[in-house]
Amino acid sequence: MTPEEQNFLRKIEAEEKIEPKDWMPADYRKNLIRQISQHAHSEVIGMQPEGNWITRAPSLRRKAVLLSKVQDEAGHGLYLYSAAETLGISRSEMIEQLQTGKAKYSSIFNYPTLTWADVAAIGWLVDGAAIVNQVSLQRTSYGPYARGMIRICKEESFHQRQGYEAMLALAKGSPEQKAMAQDALNRFYWPALMMFGPHDSASAHSQKSMEWKIKRETNDDLRQKFIDQTVQQIEVLGLDHPDANLKWNEERGHYDSSDLNWDEFWSVINGNGHCNRQRIEHHVAAHEEGEWVRDAMAAYNEKKRAKQAQNAA
Amino acid sequence: MTKPTEKLELFEVFVRSKRGLDHKHVGSLHAEDHAQALEYARDCYTRRSEGVSLWVVKSSDICASQEDDADCFYDPNDDKPYRHATYYVLPDPVNNM
Repeated sequence: MTPEEQNFLRKIEAEEKIEPKDWMPADYRKNLIRQISQHAHSEVIGMQPEGNWITRAPSLRRKAVLLSKVQDEAGHGLYLYSAAETLGISRSEMIEQLQTGKAKYSSIFNYPTLTWADVAAIGWLVDGAAIVNQVSLQRTSYGPYARGMIRICKEESFHQRQGYEAMLALAKGSPEQKAMAQDALNRFYWPALMMFGPHDSASAHSQKSMEWKIKRETNDDLRQKFIDQTVQQIEVLGLDHPDANLKWNEERGHYDSSDLNWDEFWSVINGNGHCNRQRIEHHVAAHEEGEWVRDAMAAYNEKKRAKQAQNAA
Repeated sequence: MTKPTEKLELFEVFVRSKRGLDHKHVGSLHAEDHAQALEYARDCYTRRSEGVSLWVVKSSDICASQEDDADCFYDPNDDKPYRHATYYVLPDPVNNM
């Protein structure tokens, strides 16, 4: 083991953060770039399913809240891309990887938002699951990522609450509204559980990531945490729990639950979800349509520089 | 003859007090160049183990907002209380989500 490697492992052991200019193993860097860019892509692609409802939000208040939330997601994407950039990958490389399918994003965003209740369910369940993961990542070993997570968690606390509030309004509304809420819960509950990734035994990157403290808790432990915390939230809404096999296990101190449909999980990851193609096509189109803005900015900067040079002469 | 201090470049100094934390602004100093600023900053601002990492930035490279303009500069955010978690009133049993 080289002295650099020893020093790196000592820092990891001592819960010290690794900073951009520190020596780090090539695989640590690679693993981080993969995870942080995937996280950034998720924030950015995640704007689409909710953005779908901005013009159709049921009130001005809901619309302002939703706009604000989607705006936050864009900001969170920015924090994360910046954190990944400290590892030596460029923004355009990451965008390229996203658009060519080389980089993944969270599969949850390949599910369509069919009704307004889906938007409520996303805020409550999808952001709820994301927060469980992100709270854990506040202790990740890479400094810029950890600090980004702290900032994101702080800002995101309203996302889940606004979703739950919207869900509560529907669940306590007319029978049709309640049915809509139940339907959204039934459809989003399972994909939300899949957000934590495959079982630990089937997770390709987990072991090394845990050793290097990139990840602090395993997929299954985080998923269990989310299952447990969601039970009472469903009760308060007065909705039926989607999992018929949910049962409190006194011995474990956790809820037992059904296993997930892993065929669906892998199928969506591998590109066959409802919206995979649409999401990427939309991203590519938005990026291309923005070309003239980037060109205009460059032209303006050029003009300004020329003017300054003229004035200086 | 050496330049009087105020003729030297002004640098802003940022200290990271502990690994993992953000760099925080602690003050400024005059120096000939970046390398000298870094040494001065070490001698001036971290004499009692205040930090594990220093940044020095030319003051002239910092573009700052004007505090006098704060009212209109931040105005677009002032009427958006719904960006705060406390804006949403939830039933007690689930209020600590």
